[in-house]
Amino acid sequence: MAFFFQELVNGLTTGALYALVALGFSMVYGVLKLLNFAHGDLYMVGAYIGFFVIQWFGGATSLSIPVPLLLVIMFALAGGLVGGLGVAIERFAYRPLRDAPRIAPLITAIGVSFFLENAALLLFGANYRIYNTPDFINAHSGISIGSVTINSVQILVLVMGLILMVGLQQLVHRTKLGKQMRAVAADREAAEMLGVNVNFTIAVTFFLGSALAGVAGVMAGLLFNQVTNTIGFIAGLKAFTAAVVGGIGSIPGAMLGGLMIGLAESFVTGYLSSTYSNLLVFGLLIAVMLVRPSGLLGQAQLQKV
Amino acid sequence: MSLDSPPPAGPQVGSDEWVARQAHRREYLPSWLGSLERASERAGWWPKLAAAAAAAAVLPLLGLGQFQLQVGIDALVIALLAVGLNIVVGWAGLLDLGYVAFFGFGAYGYALVSSGQIGANGIHLPSYLSIALVMVAAAGLGLVVGWPSRRLIGDYLAIITLFFGEAFVEFTNNVAPRTLGGPNGIVSVDPIRLFGYTFTSNQSYYYLLVVVLVVTMGVLRLLDTSRTGRAWRAVREDPLAAASMTIPVNRVKLMAFAFGAAVAALAGTIFAVQQVSVFPTDFDTPILILVYAGLILGGAGSIAGACTGALVVMVIYDGLLRSPTESGYLFYGLILLTLLAKLRPWRRLALVLAATVALGYAVHAIAAAISDSAVAGGPHSTGWIASALRDWVVVPANATVAGNWGFVVLVCLLIALVQVSSPWRAILLPPTLYLASFVWETRLATEAAITRQLMIGAILIVMMNARPQGLLGSRRVEALT
Amino acid sequence: MSAAGPGGPPEAGPPAGPGHEGSPAPVLDLDRLSLSFGGLRALSELDLGVGEREIVSLIGPNGAGKSTVFNVITGVYQPSAGDVRFAGRSIAGLAPHRIARLGIGRTFQSLRLFLNMSVLENVMAATYGNTKAMPWESVLRLPRARREEREVRALAEDVLSFFGQRLAGYRWDQPAYSLSYANRRRLEIARALATSPRLLLLDEPAAGMNPAETHEVTELISRLRDERGISILVIEHDMHVVGSCSDRVVALDHGVKIAEGGFDQVAAHPAVVEAYLGRDPDALSDAG
Repeated sequence: MAFFFQELVNGLTTGALYALVALGFSMVYGVLKLLNFAHGDLYMVGAYIGFFVIQWFGGATSLSIPVPLLLVIMFALAGGLVGGLGVAIERFAYRPLRDAPRIAPLITAIGVSFFLENAALLLFGANYRIYNTPDFINAHSGISIGSVTINSVQILVLVMGLILMVGLQQLVHRTKLGKQMRAVAADREAAEMLGVNVNFTIAVTFFLGSALAGVAGVMAGLLFNQVTNTIGFIAGLKAFTAAVVGGIGSIPGAMLGGLMIGLAESFVTGYLSSTYSNLLVFGLLIAVMLVRPSGLLGQAQLQKV
Repeated sequence: MSLDSPPPAGPQVGSDEWVARQAHRREYLPSWLGSLERASERAGWWPKLAAAAAAAAVLPLLGLGQFQLQVGIDALVIALLAVGLNIVVGWAGLLDLGYVAFFGFGAYGYALVSSGQIGANGIHLPSYLSIALVMVAAAGLGLVVGWPSRRLIGDYLAIITLFFGEAFVEFTNNVAPRTLGGPNGIVSVDPIRLFGYTFTSNQSYYYLLVVVLVVTMGVLRLLDTSRTGRAWRAVREDPLAAASMTIPVNRVKLMAFAFGAAVAALAGTIFAVQQVSVFPTDFDTPILILVYAGLILGGAGSIAGACTGALVVMVIYDGLLRSPTESGYLFYGLILLTLLAKLRPWRRLALVLAATVALGYAVHAIAAAISDSAVAGGPHSTGWIASALRDWVVVPANATVAGNWGFVVLVCLLIALVQVSSPWRAILLPPTLYLASFVWETRLATEAAITRQLMIGAILIVMMNARPQGLLGSRRVEALT
Repeated sequence: MSAAGPGGPPEAGPPAGPGHEGSPAPVLDLDRLSLSFGGLRALSELDLGVGEREIVSLIGPNGAGKSTVFNVITGVYQPSAGDVRFAGRSIAGLAPHRIARLGIGRTFQSLRLFLNMSVLENVMAATYGNTKAMPWESVLRLPRARREEREVRALAEDVLSFFGQRLAGYRWDQPAYSLSYANRRRLEIARALATSPRLLLLDEPAAGMNPAETHEVTELISRLRDERGISILVIEHDMHVVGSCSDRVVALDHGVKIAEGGFDQVAAHPAVVEAYLGRDPDALSDAG
């Protein structure tokens, strides 16, 4: 029974991670109707940035600044830089293709993803970069409920994840910017005619979505300890799954989907074996797509004839 | 203005007649390229195929080494894949991102029934049987994979097929390791035996592939000009209108999947035999992206485009794996070719090149004056390129870090180059070219494997933005929905 | 069959119209057809019929549901209630391509040509469902495939020749996107004709045309009925077209039939006037 709850905690933590990535992915799809295949690779870039910040301040074992400050800098830098990268990608690779048939930006996105992965390989090398989290965040600190432990990194991820998700939800539904984002997502042309600065809104959406991915990347580094140029691909696939299962374009849906994927993975790995966890996730996606293509919380798309 | 009166004589701007007599108003490429274009238009499709086949057949006789032959074989396999993918993406307009799984299915399928893998002595079906069986099975699998296309539009289909492709790799890697070999795959697959002849040498497989590719292209051409081809293209243009015009859209989409899968499986069988083994990693995403790059570069929607694009991409892709000198030829050659194609008139080209050369010498001199280690390393190319470049490009002792920064700056410069207008563009070109050479000599030349992947990604990005119809395709007109 | 709608006495259709005792089954019969999208009632209890060799015009303000009627007939939408009968047989719920094969052809209000295919290919593509050659027969150029291809080509040429010099031979290999707007409308009709229809649904065939072209369209519609025996249901806004070629006119507003009969009767019908022009123009000027 304790095992169940431990897996539950683990699942929720990774689920929060996937949810953050899925959120950004879903947001971008909402405004541009584009499946940004490069989204997972932004997460990878964030993870690398976190690593280099640790190295900049002396390395995991001999940090020159206190850990909380380090974390703040890591998250801020990853969020900011990856957000900026996302905006640049949108500006130069996707914007020229706004009115092109859907296949064009999709293929471009694949190209961007491939390019990013290999650029990372070129710049950072093929070796795994190790965060060595236990060296600066005590692995044994945390909460224990009975024989279930939630270590501090997990707490950090869960808390930050929750704050970011709630914050995003507030932003989208309570602010003017959020309203503009929703307007552009509903009907870009109409929004433009009503005075919304569409280019700016899309850029902001990309920034936020990419920043979330970058932050999630740092979290992944802290949680899983290892960073390499291919982590983005699998994470991206899981984020797609989460976003689609929850209903693409829907923010609560992305959160729900992410948590579900995280939990599913955790339980399958715990009770069956890790080899089947990826297959299961894929299977889950295919099942949902066949039964309810608009996802659990999404809306069916109507086409005017 | 009744319906049957003949139109007035002579061209009249704005009337239908003027539009109709467009032959003399077509724009062709300048000078001899234009004559080539016109001649090519006049020639039929079949003569062109025959000419290409003849050229391919003659090539090995001109004395190709084993490496070149292998490159040729790889290129032909990818070309076959691209031609098959063209059915699904180019004709039916369905974005299948799991296509490489059919390739793998064909390879594994053949490996299972024509090797020592299953049972005590293995199943050793004769080649003609195993290949045919595998193709039919793949077509069936294509129907299964395509079945979601009934209810899913565009993006969703892309995701599902992508996942299917990933699932295939996971499956062959993890499931039934004793039968499928797990990560170690299946080794020692039977060679192909047809009409009493056993294909063993690389050269024989080269010719086999040429024949298979030519026959496949011919078959697809016959299909394209028949009711099936028209139905596929109509479904791509407007599925709703097609349905209203008696076309069973779902069935037509499934047919596209099935045919595409069969072609991929065919490529897979020959690939398996030529490699003598199959591994899960042979059929992962990088191969898929390679095929797409070829299809996009050549032009989706055209058989010749798919084939040509794939051949060009593969020759460059494998060509870059040679020694740094030879890939250097390729790299600098491609840059010069692009400049030649894009920079008119000749004066401007000469000016830019001269400025680049001058800039290089100047920078080198300054760098040498500042610090010795800045120019301590030499360019990685050897031969005459190296001696030409030694005093021109700056290669510091610690090339890696500088090269990495240079790479990042280069990407930014290239983006800037695309965005700015003409006078600035000419000014930015020499530093960009110099930086490109710098990055090549310090980083890219030695990391050929990564460089070529970067190139593939860049092809996809650049082609979709600059010339979505590919090199050989014609510009499509899309109705704004 | 009586006309529904406020303030209108039951209208009798002309003798060839459907629903009279002893007359043959109408080509098209919409029986209390209703369609709702979510909470929106697009069509309410619509009764509509088209008889043999009859031209019926469907008029009404924008948003009245006219194109929706076409979409329900051709199977794009499934009706929420009621039935669609074609030559006596119920076709509600059938897939669009099946309905097209049964003999209902249509054009679209916003043209939906296969733009990147040639003129001839556009027309030939529409014969797909009425041919049977399998892909391998096509590849091997077996006799059945060759014969069908010849027949399809002959049919396409025949259909295109219906438009005289407009879509003459030199045009056949040109891509559809190179056609002028009027020619595109004609090609759309030609393509629908290639499905060998018994009933043709024309959605605003004269939209965007100048008077001369409009006149051609009117003649075309009549010729289709006279020379080819096709029944036609036309959605039109241009009252010249409606007035000159219709046997019967049906007026729709908010998914409900508000008038039916000859052109003059319907045009003068108070409900129709109100639908197009709004209520009581005199009261408006008094207030303003």
